[in-house]
Amino acid sequence: MGVELLTIALGAILVNNFIFSQFLGICPFMGVSKSTDTASGMGLAVTFVMGLASAVCWPINHFILEPNGLVFMQTIVYILVIASLVQFIEMFLQKSMPSLYTALGVYLPLITTNCAVLGVVLQNTQNSYGFVSSVVYGVTGGLGFLLAIYLFAAVREKLEFAEVPKSFEGFPIALVTAGLLALSFMGFSGLKIFG
Amino acid sequence: MNLKQQFKEGLITQNPVTVQLLGMCSVMAITTSLFNGIGMGLSVLVILTLSNIFIAALRKIIPNKIRIACFIVVIATFVTVVDLLLQAYIPDLATNLGVFIPLIVVNCIILGRAEGFCYKNGVAASAADGVFQGLGYTVILIVMCVVRELLGKGAFGGGILNGGDGIQLFPTHFAALGMALPVGGFLTLACVIAAMQYFLSKPKKKSEEKEEVAK
Repeated sequence: MGVELLTIALGAILVNNFIFSQFLGICPFMGVSKSTDTASGMGLAVTFVMGLASAVCWPINHFILEPNGLVFMQTIVYILVIASLVQFIEMFLQKSMPSLYTALGVYLPLITTNCAVLGVVLQNTQNSYGFVSSVVYGVTGGLGFLLAIYLFAAVREKLEFAEVPKSFEGFPIALVTAGLLALSFMGFSGLKIFG
Repeated sequence: MNLKQQFKEGLITQNPVTVQLLGMCSVMAITTSLFNGIGMGLSVLVILTLSNIFIAALRKIIPNKIRIACFIVVIATFVTVVDLLLQAYIPDLATNLGVFIPLIVVNCIILGRAEGFCYKNGVAASAADGVFQGLGYTVILIVMCVVRELLGKGAFGGGILNGGDGIQLFPTHFAALGMALPVGGFLTLACVIAAMQYFLSKPKKKSEEKEEVAK
C-alpha cells in the first residue's frame, strides 16, 4: 500500500507532471506566473482544491452515481461539485482568513475553470483509484502544479530583462521557456520506482 | 453584426487560440496527429455552436448572479452528448483524445464566448460566432498537427490517409522525436503565436506610417 502510494505521489509530481507532460492547467500556469508570490499562492490554492475535490468526488461517484447507473452524468456532476467547492472555499476564506483571500483575489474563482482540477477527478475515476489513492493523487498532482508554476515564475521574473525578438515578445517567449522546462522534466520520464 | 467581420474576427484578428490565448491545454496536448486535431476541432466547433445558440436563447431568463453556473451546466450537457456520441461511433478518436473530451467543459473558449458574446447578442449572431470561433480553433489545431507530425515523425495525415498510417515523407529516424513530445507542443505553439503577432503587427505599422506621412 505504502509503495503504491509513493509511486502515485512521485509519478504525479515528477514523471507525469500535470503541466509539463499532461498539459492540464495551462491557462492559470501562463496567466498567474508573472511573480513568484502570486504563483505560489495560486499553486497552494490549486493543491488544496485538487485534494478536496478528489476527496469529495470519490464518495459521490462510488455511492451515488455507480449504484444508480448514472455514470454518464459524471462530467456534469463533477464540474458542479468543483464549482460549489470553490465557492465555499471562497466564502470560508473571506470570513476566516481575509489576508489570504485578498492575496488570491480574482484567481480563486478561476480555479473552477482550471482543467487540472476536473482532470484529476476524471483520472481518478478512469484509473479506478480507491479513496486514499485518489486523495494522494489529487494532493500530489497539485504539488506538481505548484512546483511547475513556481519554477516557471522564477524564470519568468528574470525574463523581463532579456532582449527578445519583437514577434516573440510576451506570450511566445513564455511558451518557449515552458517548453525548455518541459524538456528538463522529460528527464524524469525514465524514472522507474520499484520496478 | 455582419458575417464577414465575424468570419475575419474568428479566424484572424480575434482568433481564440493565437490572439485571445484561450483553451491552450487541448491545443498542445492532442495535436500529435491530423486525425486527432480535426476530430477535436470539430467536436469543439459543434459544442461551441450549440451552447452559443442555447445560451443566447436563454440569456433573458438566466439570472445575472448565477450565470456562470448556468453556462457551465449547458456546456457540460453538450459535452456529455458529444462524448457519448464519439464513444459510440468513433471509438478510435474517443480513446486518442481520452480525458480531453470531457475537459472541453472547462475549455475557456466556450465559457469565454458565452460570457463575452452570447450573453449580449442574439441567437443568429451567436450561432455564427460559434461556427467562426470554432473554425479559428480548428485551423490552429490543424496547423499545429501538420507541423508537429512532419517534424516529429516525418509523416503527414496520420490516422486518416494511407489506411491510418499517414504518408511517410522522410524516414522516422531523421525526425526530431521531441516535436511529438510535450516540448514540441510548447515550441510549436510559441512559433505559431509569434508568427501571428508578426503578421498582425504588419498592417498596423503600415497604417501608422501612412498617418505620419499624412501629418
